[in-house]
Amino acid sequence: MDGVIGFFQDLGPNLELVAERMPQIVDGLLVTMLAMALGALLALVIAFVFGIAQISKFVVVRVVARIFVEFFRGTSIVVQLFWLAFVLPQLPYPFGFQLDPLLVGVLALGLNYGAYAAEVVRGSIGSVPKGQYEAISALSLSPTRGMFRVVIPQAWALMLPSLSNLWIQLLKGSAIVSTVLLYDLFFQVEQLRDRTGTWFAYTFALLAYYLIAWLIVILMNGLEIRAKHNIGRGPALSQSWRGLFQAPGSTPEGGRSARVVRDKSAVKAGTAGEGGLA
Amino acid sequence: MPENTENSGTSGAPHIEFRDVVKRFGDNTVLNDLNFTVTKGERVTLIGPSGSGKTTILRLVMTLEELTGGYIHIGGTPLQYEEQGGKRVRIADKRRRRITTDIGMVFQHFNLFPNMTVMENIIEAPVNVMGLKKAEAESKAEALLDKVGMAWKKDARPSELSGGQQQRIAIARALAMDPEVLLLDEVTSALDPELVGEVLAVLKDIAAETDISMLIVTHEMQFARDVSDRVMMFDEGSVIEQGLPDKIFSEPENQRTQDFLRAVL
Amino acid sequence: MTPSNSWWDWGYAAEALPVLFDGFKITLLATVLGTLIALVLGLVVAMVRRTAPAIINAPFTWLVEFIRMTPLVIQLVFANLALSPFVDSTLMIGIWVLGIHYTTYMAEVYRAGIDSVPKGQWEAATALSLPRVRTWRAVVVPQAIRNTLPALGNYAISMFKETPFFVVIYIPEMVRNAQTFGGDNFRYTEAITLAGLIFLLASYPTSLLIRRLEKKLA
Repeated sequence: MDGVIGFFQDLGPNLELVAERMPQIVDGLLVTMLAMALGALLALVIAFVFGIAQISKFVVVRVVARIFVEFFRGTSIVVQLFWLAFVLPQLPYPFGFQLDPLLVGVLALGLNYGAYAAEVVRGSIGSVPKGQYEAISALSLSPTRGMFRVVIPQAWALMLPSLSNLWIQLLKGSAIVSTVLLYDLFFQVEQLRDRTGTWFAYTFALLAYYLIAWLIVILMNGLEIRAKHNIGRGPALSQSWRGLFQAPGSTPEGGRSARVVRDKSAVKAGTAGEGGLA
Repeated sequence: MPENTENSGTSGAPHIEFRDVVKRFGDNTVLNDLNFTVTKGERVTLIGPSGSGKTTILRLVMTLEELTGGYIHIGGTPLQYEEQGGKRVRIADKRRRRITTDIGMVFQHFNLFPNMTVMENIIEAPVNVMGLKKAEAESKAEALLDKVGMAWKKDARPSELSGGQQQRIAIARALAMDPEVLLLDEVTSALDPELVGEVLAVLKDIAAETDISMLIVTHEMQFARDVSDRVMMFDEGSVIEQGLPDKIFSEPENQRTQDFLRAVL
Repeated sequence: MTPSNSWWDWGYAAEALPVLFDGFKITLLATVLGTLIALVLGLVVAMVRRTAPAIINAPFTWLVEFIRMTPLVIQLVFANLALSPFVDSTLMIGIWVLGIHYTTYMAEVYRAGIDSVPKGQWEAATALSLPRVRTWRAVVVPQAIRNTLPALGNYAISMFKETPFFVVIYIPEMVRNAQTFGGDNFRYTEAITLAGLIFLLASYPTSLLIRRLEKKLA
């Protein structure tokens, strides 16, 4: 337990060390934030493309999307990362090139978590009450118009809590990209450790990630409150700013998309009489 | 199938025509070889025990359900299937949507779009389906909102309104398409009793002021009596009796009609 | 050995497979033990959060959240560096960190499962004067299980797919072995691709099973 004692004894000098190494730490922080943001952006695009493709009326599109999603969910993120970093450069022409480590990280994070998020998108679209689809049909709106103007705005409110959790997962997963030589926050903390010792450096690292995670939570809570308000299911953001600091609910992929699907079956079973949503 | 001899005054070719219509859900046959016509401007109320296929008829006309067999024509135009060289051919979705613009439907659960304001709900289809200019659609929507007594809520969201108010807006939304056929599917069943009156009053006005053909499924027998030209009693997927509302409600001939009316009145 | 410039070399693939299977044993062991830890500790955490007084509950809740919201990778490295003077087995450290990390998720599943039992059930139990223990055993738990089993199963699969995070503390599980094999032979293609396929082969049928279970219980 001398580690813990040392942690407090050396707290002052260690904080000075952090201040001294601040430029590198900030660099690492920026790399982590960049990987986390670009990875999330890619994941979101993939989620919508492959989430919607899974309910396409063309069988081929559905099957291809399904295979894509199952493939990237089923093979671990670490394998995908290593494949992009180590295997891709060794493949024959037209591959055989070395991607920038940041790009490797962003691609792996985006593909893996995007596949999970595609399930969330698909589930949420399925959870929009059947009556909404019927109204689209009764007004002779085109399926595309109905999808983007009616269904997705409502599904968006349903999927945000799950997307928020997935984004935090992605942030946590991003720490692994230091293994393919990306000089992110984790990498810089390992450098810091040489001088400050384990307990200080890693407490610092965990706190830093924790704070970034909370930034995500607050941002996503805000989006969720707004989206819910926009479909008449909650107060405006100005009236419920406390909701911003709501701790995230449970669960990664499995539990969540599962929950959305259950809602859907409830809707199908005819409990769709939610006057609130109608 | 009883012959329809009491087509109260309205003339011309049939506006809605069901020809040998069959609808099955899996093994369950809901409609079996159904034939009937509705003339232009006629208001027909479908009554009968639940599960007798009334709502399915409305949903078939709106193309919310796939026709299992037979044909439905609206104003002479085939709706889901047409006969081509003796074969039954499905009509492409795009063409189908062009035909359904003439058909409006009001649902039991209103089905307003919660992510849009009242005004946006009403002008969505006129602007994006019929190609009206936004300003044009809006002034038309305001006139309709006036008619249903909801002009003062045009910027509200559906969730801020009572059920009766939502349903009146849903009626305005359906009318904004200038439908020639209006389908009313148990429009008051989801409402608290004190809100039923306002919705029925609006519908009675519309029935009086327009010549839209209407197919109505309702449990409000007084309303059916007030607005219908004809009442059709359904049981187990076929018409067992039909005629003028006064006749059906006062002196029904069929035993099952008598039993049904005794139970609901 | 020089790397062959080809898409796929069956020779390497055949050489890599036994190495991968050696690693796969550790992967499986970590998944099973980690899941057991998370299942048991998750229940304990859910119970504590339900019954403990606020003064304990607040910091405890914060700690659970902190563990859930920070990277497993860093927790692994931290725990390994801090504990290796006292614990011989890096694998044991890894399994416990994985188990504790997922405890924070499983606790939420238990909580949600208990919450999902309708209030009327508790009221009916009270109306029948059922004793507390009987209420839990005969009424609450059987219903809560329906709602938790699929989610717990999904987390077990998640843990399986996150065991490769153990590479950061050099535990020779499957992906680490694939990486080492690739490095030794200057040829990564076969080993890493096969590792991915083995993950897919193992996790996909399992997740199908859970989906079926979910449908059955729903």
